[in-house]
Amino acid sequence: MSAYTSDELMTVAAARALRNDDVCFVGIGAPSAACNLARLTHAPDIVLIYESGTLQTRPEVLPLSIGDGELCETALTTVPVVEMFQYWLQGGRISKGFLGGAQIDRFANINTTVIGEYDRPKVRLPGGGGAPEIAGSCGEVLITAKHSPRTFVDAVDFVTSLGHGSGPDARRAAGLTTAGPVLVITDLCLLAPDAQTRELVVTSLHEGVTREQVAEATGWPVRFADEVATTPPPSDEELRVLRDLHERTEQAHAGS
Amino acid sequence: MADIVSLADAIATHVRDGDTVAMEGFTHLIPFAAGHEIIRQGRRGLTLIRMTPDLIYDQLIGAGCASKLVFSWGGNPGVGSLHRLRDAVEHGWPNRLELEEHSHAAMAAAFHAGAAGLPFAMLRGYAGSDLRRVNPNIRTVTCPFTGEELAAVPAHRPDVSIVHAQRADRQGNVLVEGIVGVQKEAVLAARRSVVTVEEVVDDLAAPSPNSVILPSWAVDAVAVAPRGAAPSYAHGYYDRDNAFYRAWDAISRERETFEAWIDEHVLAAGMIGPRGASG
Repeated sequence: MSAYTSDELMTVAAARALRNDDVCFVGIGAPSAACNLARLTHAPDIVLIYESGTLQTRPEVLPLSIGDGELCETALTTVPVVEMFQYWLQGGRISKGFLGGAQIDRFANINTTVIGEYDRPKVRLPGGGGAPEIAGSCGEVLITAKHSPRTFVDAVDFVTSLGHGSGPDARRAAGLTTAGPVLVITDLCLLAPDAQTRELVVTSLHEGVTREQVAEATGWPVRFADEVATTPPPSDEELRVLRDLHERTEQAHAGS
Repeated sequence: MADIVSLADAIATHVRDGDTVAMEGFTHLIPFAAGHEIIRQGRRGLTLIRMTPDLIYDQLIGAGCASKLVFSWGGNPGVGSLHRLRDAVEHGWPNRLELEEHSHAAMAAAFHAGAAGLPFAMLRGYAGSDLRRVNPNIRTVTCPFTGEELAAVPAHRPDVSIVHAQRADRQGNVLVEGIVGVQKEAVLAARRSVVTVEEVVDDLAAPSPNSVILPSWAVDAVAVAPRGAAPSYAHGYYDRDNAFYRAWDAISRERETFEAWIDEHVLAAGMIGPRGASG
């Protein structure tokens, strides 16, 4: 087995969370790499959908934006954005949504709006985009983000996209029947909501990562599941496919 | 029937100080040339509507054209922040910018409602989101049949919508291909509309009976603007200039470098400029 970076392990672990029969709404950045890695390895039939309206797309290189021409050219079809959100997402046709976030709290609520107060922000972030309804209407939500105390906070400054609110009944109270976040994939570990409290707990540590490292990188006193697994390292094949994908992408984006 | 006019005339006629303006194009077909013409003509006090503000609104905001932004995702896709948008929100430079913030689903629904002549859009949306708390235009309606509560937002009814498309014929019928975004809805929701195109041709050569076409009688003005969507792209004509999107991060980070870029590539360049400006 080759040496690998923590970023590569995070992407591989995120890819493994997807199944061949998933219909997945893909967020940009880390989710896009993971979803395409899954398609190029164990899930060749996975349906990838981007909010630009590109349905069942199979890009050769990773898009820089969610509307690159590559996504349209390799899609089964491209639909208007109104249709994308109303028929395909709100209509309940998407099994998994894959999101990132600037802040994620212990109940997997996501903030992509502001750091600080809304009216006087310390940092104005891009905003919700498709995420508030991806978080509400997809069957399940996967989240991927690098693990740091700035990202994994006790309470988010702003709930852009609802995770599990403040506990077990929050989603139902908000009128939702979907499962919400079921797994968070970081460069250190996997976290999943506790069956009773819905608080995120560590279920698997990546190879070579200690509990202390995870605790230091988490902004709340993070709990560990009764049995914590070890995330299997990337296989040679996963690493080869991922590196090829990144290399093709860099070459494509450097040009023009 | 649409008038086929110069870009300068189209903007001079249809975009006025204080207007509510929607410039659409979801990553694809973003009407940069028209945006630059608005900057050159010095419009002020605009309410800008757009799902993904992108570099075009970063430029309009930094150039002082806007007083309000209605949007759902304001970043440089895959790169990071829109620094001019952030400077306006965080420091009020060059002027204060009021925000009305939505989600994509609500913005798309609001264009759809505007095109459909409805006063508001409804959606199953914003569940548990703090966006409800900070935007008083996100309200609820109760379904008269099931009693279910749904989110409601006002319809978008821009004074003018501006979009870019691949081509028009000499009658002013417009063909849009590829990622079609919300352009059709934006044009039909607006009181006036301007469409810039790569070229005007004798035969539209629509690829299928279901091609997305804006009939001439639903558009006010058509203006030819070759490479008018660059640095975004026009499917079938040229690719997205991803390298420029990355370069914009450094250009826009400081006020001085931004102003120098606008001076050179927008104000001095006229309609046809170097790569990344209008052409």
